[in-house]
Amino acid sequence: MIKAVNIFKNFGDQHVLNDVSCEFEQGKANLIIGRSGAGKTVLLKILIGLIHPTSGKVWYDDVDFYALEKQPMRALRMQIGMLFQGSALFDSMNVQDNIRFPLDMFSTMTRKEKNKRVDYCLDRVNLAGTNNKFPSELSGGMQKRVGIARAIVLNPKYLFCDEPNSGLDPKTAMVIDELIYSITKENNIITVINTHDMNSVMEIGDNIILLHEGQLAWKGNKEEVLTTRNEILEGFIFASPFLQKLRKKMVEH
Amino acid sequence: MFTILTHFGIYLQWLRQVFHKPEKWSMYWRETLRQMNSIGIGSLVIVGIISIFIGAVTAVQFAYQMQESIIPRYYVGYIVRDMTIIELAPTFSCMLLAGKVGSNLAAELGGMRQKEHIDAMEIMGVNTAAYLVQPKIIAALFVVPMLVCVGAFISVIGGYIAVVPTGWFSHAEYIRGLRSFFEPYNVWMMFVKAFVFAFILTTVSCYQGYFVKGGSIELGDASTRAVVYSNILILSADYVIAMLMT
Repeated sequence: MIKAVNIFKNFGDQHVLNDVSCEFEQGKANLIIGRSGAGKTVLLKILIGLIHPTSGKVWYDDVDFYALEKQPMRALRMQIGMLFQGSALFDSMNVQDNIRFPLDMFSTMTRKEKNKRVDYCLDRVNLAGTNNKFPSELSGGMQKRVGIARAIVLNPKYLFCDEPNSGLDPKTAMVIDELIYSITKENNIITVINTHDMNSVMEIGDNIILLHEGQLAWKGNKEEVLTTRNEILEGFIFASPFLQKLRKKMVEH
Repeated sequence: MFTILTHFGIYLQWLRQVFHKPEKWSMYWRETLRQMNSIGIGSLVIVGIISIFIGAVTAVQFAYQMQESIIPRYYVGYIVRDMTIIELAPTFSCMLLAGKVGSNLAAELGGMRQKEHIDAMEIMGVNTAAYLVQPKIIAALFVVPMLVCVGAFISVIGGYIAVVPTGWFSHAEYIRGLRSFFEPYNVWMMFVKAFVFAFILTTVSCYQGYFVKGGSIELGDASTRAVVYSNILILSADYVIAMLMT
């Protein structure tokens, strides 16, 4: 389990996160949702140590993440896979080298074993045969899938995804969601997804937390989303007039 | 002043991270070879071109100064050789490299920072300061002195081309000058300068790129700062080395 406890984050006078405490469970897709500027990405980056909190603690099981020295922190980070919003694939490397990079850096596998592992990961994200393509030759959805393949190549215990669906059409977004969800279940890992995509919320939201103006506004799961009476959540989910009408009808029935 | 000291402190702390033990030697070695090729082979032509002109201009200017003086004519070769070895080859070449290589390094690392490549590596557990910067520094420390050496040699040839075929001096005069008063210590000084300047231009440029924040304008600013600060520091170090070694 990953636990964030009393997280505060200020950038100068700006209070981005205000006493946020939450838990992310194993074998589940844990979603952080909220409007743009709510502090989702900052929270995600604090969870993985890319941004340090002003105060508060992050626990990985029984390990106090921010109390770790550099070397143990690097060792823990090797158990983390991360899918970035822009995929963050290395432009100068082809797909195979991108995915193999963590193996080259950290594993003692032979070249043949590494290539086999890369092929498995590519196959897992339905991109078999694209080994020699460069990121610039791939579509946005394919880049995300390569990003997922790279994130899982070291068999991580924790998978973090920063807005995995941004910039994708709804169908491709669903493919990415399903992929992340099935990987979570298959490997029984802790997956934390930062999103404002409502399809993701309704499809894969095992655990959901809503951030609003830097504070935890609601937590629950995908079933509870539809029945909640939380005004902030309602305002977030049923934002458009069409959805508001739909919501009204649902309540009437 | 406070900002300069703050940056200097961060720079020193960052250098400690940069010279950390590699996670995997083979990866660092591969990257170092790639950087050697990029910095060395990639800069050979431009260093060659400016070196020819450095030698040629030195020879022509000295020839102009010598007119109707009592200085022996063969001194032209001696002056071109020593000016080139002691000062012009290391300083000019490294200032040129600060422009070419330094801006490139700052832009490369800054681009990686902006595209979250550095964050991606950090998450994997890679010491990014070491993996991305150490090979560049080591490659430059090997390759830049070689470039400077080649530059010095070409400068001497440039001086010859400028004054011998044009009839200002004879072949014998120029060659006699080249062979006169040779101090091997000067070559040692050239290598010390090249080594120090290589360290300055790579670390300062990488520092600017590694910590870039913001968008493309900030990346451009970082690239410019990399060149300007490298050049200022190269000239400052040039003065210090001259004071210490002469």
